[in-house]
Order: sequence, then C-alpha cells, then structure tokens
Amino acid sequence: MNAETATRPPQAVAPAHLPGGASADAPADARADAPAHARASRRAEVVAALAPLLPAHALLWQREETVPYECDGLTAYRQQPLVVALPESEAQVAAVLKACHALKVPVVARGAGTGLSGGALPHAEGVTLSLAKFNRIVAIDRAARTATVQCGVRNLAISEAVAPFGLYYAPDPSSQIACTIGGNVAENSGGVHCLKYGLTLHNVLKVRGFTVEGEPVVFGSEALDTAGLDLLSVVVGSEGMLAVTTEVTVRLTPKPQLARCIMASFDDIQKAGDAVAAIIAEGIIPAGLEMMDKPMTAAVEDFVHAGYDLDAAAILLCESDGTPEEVAEEIERMLAVLAGAGATRMEVSKDEAQRLKFWSGRKNAFPASGRISPDYMCMDSTIPRKRLADILMAIAQMETKYGLRCCNVFHAGDGNLHPLILFDANDPDQLHRAELFGADILETSVALGGTVTGEHGVGVEKLASMCVQFSPAEREQMLALKRAFDPAGTLNPGKVIPTLHRCAEYGRMHVKKGLLPFPHLERF
Amino acid sequence: MALAGRAGAPQGVAGSTPTAAASGMAPGFATAATAVSSMATAGPAQAVAHEPALARLVDQVRAARSRKGALDIRGGGTKAFYGEPVDTARPVEPLPLAELRGISSYEPSELVVTVRAGTPLAELEAALAEKHQCLAFEPPRFGGDAAGGGVPGGTVGGMVAAGLAGPARAAVGSVRDFVLGATMLNGRAEVLSFGGQVMKNVAGYDVSRLLPGSLGVLGVILEVSLKVLPRPPATTTLRFDLDEDEALKRLNAWGGQPLPLNASAWWERTLVVRLSGAAAAVQSAAKKLGGEVIEPAMAEAFWRGLRDHRDEFFTSAEEAVQGHASLWRLSVPSTTPPLKLPGEQLVEWGGAQRWLCTGAPAPAVREAAAAVGGHATLFRARDKSAGVFAPLAPPLLRVHRELKRAFDPDRVFNPGRLYPDL
Repeated sequence: MNAETATRPPQAVAPAHLPGGASADAPADARADAPAHARASRRAEVVAALAPLLPAHALLWQREETVPYECDGLTAYRQQPLVVALPESEAQVAAVLKACHALKVPVVARGAGTGLSGGALPHAEGVTLSLAKFNRIVAIDRAARTATVQCGVRNLAISEAVAPFGLYYAPDPSSQIACTIGGNVAENSGGVHCLKYGLTLHNVLKVRGFTVEGEPVVFGSEALDTAGLDLLSVVVGSEGMLAVTTEVTVRLTPKPQLARCIMASFDDIQKAGDAVAAIIAEGIIPAGLEMMDKPMTAAVEDFVHAGYDLDAAAILLCESDGTPEEVAEEIERMLAVLAGAGATRMEVSKDEAQRLKFWSGRKNAFPASGRISPDYMCMDSTIPRKRLADILMAIAQMETKYGLRCCNVFHAGDGNLHPLILFDANDPDQLHRAELFGADILETSVALGGTVTGEHGVGVEKLASMCVQFSPAEREQMLALKRAFDPAGTLNPGKVIPTLHRCAEYGRMHVKKGLLPFPHLERF
Repeated sequence: MALAGRAGAPQGVAGSTPTAAASGMAPGFATAATAVSSMATAGPAQAVAHEPALARLVDQVRAARSRKGALDIRGGGTKAFYGEPVDTARPVEPLPLAELRGISSYEPSELVVTVRAGTPLAELEAALAEKHQCLAFEPPRFGGDAAGGGVPGGTVGGMVAAGLAGPARAAVGSVRDFVLGATMLNGRAEVLSFGGQVMKNVAGYDVSRLLPGSLGVLGVILEVSLKVLPRPPATTTLRFDLDEDEALKRLNAWGGQPLPLNASAWWERTLVVRLSGAAAAVQSAAKKLGGEVIEPAMAEAFWRGLRDHRDEFFTSAEEAVQGHASLWRLSVPSTTPPLKLPGEQLVEWGGAQRWLCTGAPAPAVREAAAAVGGHATLFRARDKSAGVFAPLAPPLLRVHRELKRAFDPDRVFNPGRLYPDL
C-alpha cells in the first residue's frame, strides 16, 4: 500500500463519478439476478477465451481472488473486475489483448496499484491486466546512461541497480519504493526534484508495448528523437488509455557529488511565497524547493521530531546539489535571498543525516496527517507560483465554509500543491463536505491559471473537474485522440476524459446545490 | 492578453463572486479574485470576437474547408526547405500568421513565457535576454528574406512546428520538453487549448507536446507557453584534437559523470565541448577535462554558427547540395561507433546527432541509421524522392493517419508536409 493512500471509505462514492455508469459501491454480483446471470455468463466466456493462453495460476476470477484488485491507491472507488489476468511474457500479453479485442472486453492495465486517482480502478465488465510479473531489469548500459527495464520494476529499484555506476533515475514520486515504472509512464509521475530534473516524460527514451489489438508497438527510441509525430509525448501520461506498456528504457542521470538543504522559517505565508519567486528570479534552479504550512509542520514534527520551527507560518526546504564548490556557491546565494525575503530562521544541513532529517517531515506529511485525523483527502492541483498566497488564503476561507481543517504541503518550485483535507469518514456529512471542499480547491486552482492535477492524474477521481478545465471541443478532441489509438475504446474506458453527458450531469448536480462557482459555463 | 484563456477561467471569475459572497470571503480572497480577473482572459469564443487576426484565420480555415481546398501555414518562411513539399493535388492557399504577433505574458520568476505563433523568434529571445533568461534548447535561426515577406530567424510557431533544437539539446532537452501548453486551431476551425502555464500538469492527454515537429499537419499553432531558464552564470569552451572514435568514447564517459557538459561538436579531428553552469562547477570541470580553452568571443561565435547552420560545415554542405550531394541528419544512440558512410560528418549531442553530407544513395544512409536503432532525415536535398522522413512501422503509421483524421479530417493543413499521405 502506498504511503500516500487516502483513507476514504467505499460507501460514500456517488455513482455519477464512476466510469461507464456502473455502480461500484454495490458488488455487481449482488445486483438483481438477471444482470448477475448475464455477468456470470460473460465471465465464463472471457475465462474460456483466456484460459488456453495463460498458465492456470495466472487467471483469476473467483471473488476472493479478485478482491485485492478492486481498487488502487484511491480506495474510495472499488470495483470487482470480471477477470484478472497475470501474464508472464510479452507473448501472453499480446495473446490476452487479442482475445479481449475479439470479444470487445475492456482491458485495464495495472502496475503496483499505488495510483491516487483511480486510474487502475477495474471495469465491471473488463479484464484487469496485472503486469506485476514483469519485474526484470533487462539491461543497463553504463556508457549510454540508460536502463531498459520491464514495466513492473519499481522506480527506486532502478536507482538502486545503477547506483554502483554513480547514476540514478531522477523522477522520485513519494511512492517510489512501491510504484512501478510502467505506472510512472502511465501517470507522467513527478516528485520533489522535477523543477531541475523534469518529469517522467523528460527521462524516458523508449516505451515498448502493445496496441489494444495486441500488436507490438514501440514509441520513442534509444536515439533522442524519432521520425514522425512525437507519440511518446502523449503515451506518457495517458493513464493506460492508448497502449499497454511492457518495457521502458529510461535515461539515467549522474548522481550529484553532494546535496545540502536549507530549512528556512517565515512568519507569513506571503513572504514565504515571495521568497520562492525571489530565488527563481535570482537565476537559481534549486534541486528541490518545498513548503509546509503551520498545521502541516505541527503534524509532522509530532511524528518525526526533525526540529521544525513550530512558530513559523511556513517552512521552506531549499536544496542544492552538484559539485562541492557549486553547492557552496548556491547555498550562499540562496541564504542571501531568503534573508532578504524576511526569513526568521535559517539552518543549513551539516551532513547527509541532517539533510535527510530535514526531508523526513516533508516525506512523511501523508502518514503524519493520518495520525491527527481519522481520514484525509489529498488534492493535487498546480497553480502559478505567484498565486500561492491567494490559494492558501482561499483554502483558509474554505476551512470555515466547510467546517473542516486542511494542512498544506507544496512543491513550491513547480507550483504543485497538495492540500490534505482532514475529516472523519464515519460521518457522512463530513465526507460530503470534504468532497465539496476538494472540488472547490480544484476549481479555484483553474480560476487562478492552474490545473486540476499536477502529478496524480485524472483517473476517475477528477473526471468532473476536467469539465471545468476543458471546453467541450477540447474534450472531444482528446476523445478523438484516444480513438486514433483505440478505435473500439476498450483500453481503460471511462477514465481521464469525461463525456459531454457526464459534464452536463456534473453541472446539474452542482447547480442544484447552489454551489457551482461557474454558473455561466457552457453545457450540453 | 493571452489568445485564449482556459475554458473555465473567465466563467470562474464571474462565478467566483457569488461563491465568495455566500461564504463571506476574507479580504485576502477578494484580492485573489481581483487578481484573477486581471489575469484571466477571454475564452476561445470571446478571443475570436476580440482578435481580428484570429477571426480572419478562423474564417480562412472555414472557407478552405468548405471549398475542399488546403492551406499552407506560413510563419517566417525560413524552413520551407525542410520537410516534404505541400501536396498541391488540391488548390493550396497560404495561411500567413504574421499578424498573430507578440508576447502575451512573461513572468521571469515563474520561468514561463506565453507567446503568439507569428512572433519573430528574435523578438522573443531579446525579451528573454533582458531578464537574463533564454530558450535553453537553442532552436536554429535560419536566414529568411525580409523583403519577400519572410522573418529572418523565423517565428515562434515555426520553431515549434519544426521541432528542431540546437547544440544544447542532449544536455537540456528538446523543444517538446519546454512546451508547457499551446492554443491551436484544428481542422474544424475550433480554437483549443491544451497543457497550461505551469510546470506540472497531467490533466488529460498532453496535445501541446504533440505539436513540436508536427510540421503543422495537426493544426495551426496559435500561441505557446514555454518554460524558460536562467542563462548559465558561467560558460567555458574547450578544444581537443581527437579522432572520431576517441571523441565518442570520451563524450559518453564524461556524460556519465556529474559534469556541467552543455554541448559538443566533433568535425575533422577536432572535438569542441561547452561547459555551462555555476562558475565554480565550470572551473573545476574545465580543469578536470583539460584541452585548450577557447577565447570566449570566438567560442560564442562558433556555437552561434553551429546552432544557426552558418558555420563552415553547414555552408559547404549547402553548396554541395546544389550539386548531387544531400545533407542528412542522423539521430542515433550516443554510443554508436563512427558510422562508415562516405562523405563529411559532423557529430553533435554527445554522439547522438550525426550530420552527413554525402552523395551516397538514400537506402544506404537509412539502413545505417536503422541498424543502430536510429533514423535518418533528408535535411537538405534537391531530390527528395527518397522521402524526407524515415518510413514508419505499420502500427505507428496507422496511428499517424488516425491522428490526422482526428485533428484535421478534411486534410486542410499542410497536406503531405510530414508524410505524403498525412
């Protein structure tokens, strides 16, 4: 289970949020007899088609066997898949895809299941294609600084394998001990060092996989570009809706000789936000630049005892990496900027142990929230950095409006905000208010010039918010793009791009409650 | 003002007032809302209404579509030599973007600039230089005939559509890696925005990153948001006398070390490398690598000439192309040993890009690139009958055709410019 897993319960999900209009809160098997019978017969048909293609242990369909696959890191959304297939070779993946395509069965590919937006939520009438067995590092090319790994290899395992060569794989999502590279490709995962080192897309050279028809396909290459349209750019971040990834070639980065971190306190959020802008304006691209607000600092200090300043309105962590000379120079420059921006306290890590201590709180923000509240909901919007104080003040107002507390951690360097809304899911009203609170944060982020998801993906969780961010014509263009890869629409259907109908439903739902902040939005 | 704001932004401004009022928003949020309204821009529909230049483009696309004609999208006219010729089977009219000019917004502390497609690249680079920032991927600036209506150095739209990057590409990334968002016009004359103005954005498919290198076949790029970077505080250029094999070995070995290696070029037994970054890091790396330090003014002229294809290799190649030779761009894995092909070669990008001026037949060049996992582009040639871009594998070709259909169903934009049947 991912460290960032939200702990929302299954019972509170509105059916309107679910893909394909299926109801996931009641197991399909428990529905009226006729549909249950139809589903059982469809399952028998799919099992009969797949059984000859896979070893017996690689095909699961009994309820107790498929339960572990009913959700990903977004546990609020659950759905029993029709069948789970666990292929062990690319030939088996191709065969399963061909069979599913012939039967028009939806296919949902799945890695470690650490995703936070329900991208790997099973389809009620579909096959969940678990790629967990693709866990082999295929090749490490030290001279070319590349690693070719199967899609089920964990993010951190790549860095561990290449460490003897002084190299590492730069993108480092917080779930990196568990999440797989295939999942990272699906989500275009980020991490705390994106500003300097980029996202998954910037660190992946080649993706090998299969089309929905089961045909082998390669996007990108071991060269720096390929002929034709840059399809790798859309495949990375497509949440498993365009192709199934089985093997990934990543670019490796030389490990910096040294990293040091400054922990700076501010008595005012606005000043901390201005300090971030001032560092960038100074021409510095820090390796990491993270912020925590006061409630978050209190929660993590109680958990990790890192010596955070509990009086500070905001704490900034600014990291520099490179050669010892480079780091010394950059730390001096950052200290001067931070002091000029009104930092009330500054401390530079003296050694690696202290640097990791500074980071321990930030890395443990999610479990620390779990200690102070029965449940929390993690949001993931991105805003232009200069809007930080605006969004934090708006969130403070929302705390009053919805009667719930919220802690904030912020990838300040790239504008990616993770508000953690605290609530008790045993109280249905609190859960309802938490959902409205979350939607309000996302819509405010869009109004401030940002986006509804910075790194966690749309999945099923943010389908409604996509209606706010994109016009009907833009959404239709994205659906047309999907059809270009997947004409039958059976690859992870119902995720990422909401249909016009769904957006209209969302509009009605919110208008009725009088809470929709965009009453003039065009609807169909 | 940006050409087209996010779909929700204008409505959001209007709509956030009642929400704020209902919840008794503090003055802080009122400030935010005011700031939003000053920042937010008209949605696509309003933008068309308020932008005569854009409205004219939309009309032209509609007209071309209804008469079943095609449009040849024109920026600065500096890269007409590149790619396939536009298919003239149907009547083709030019679609000039010169009127769509200007920087819509530039926030140095956000490291983001939003700029209209017809803006001269030189104008954008000058604005960035004023704030000590730059386009780190160093797009090439080709000539251009100002008297004939061209834009010397090209336009921002042309830079994105061609997707070409300069000497620093291997170290910093390509055009695509710096595109954060784009507003475009598709073949149905719809104004669409994808991506955004923020560094991290995974909302939906990133169509904006599909545009670099598309040569206009998916639609008209109207405006792009680009990530910009501070100019490196220090730069040093070193020169080594090495044969190609040894140069490639060294480049790949250095690439695996934490060195501020920013660009490289090898030609005629000479390897030149550029180090860029913090002064201390550049100094210590220069000491470690050795070689002869090139005087800064001379070094700058060298890299500029290489970037803009005005140095000796490229100017002689252009001359040779007037005869029977062709200039090829081979994109290969950086560790590929010296390619045994006749003609002159210049190696860039740490070994990953090899320019070849040769009279060798196209299949031989294509096969040599494909054999090592790369591809070859016929960059400059009088005879392009061999095809400019390497042929696509069947599943990729199918996706290309379907994408063309999805964005431009009537093949209005630049038909044939990327591949004959797109």
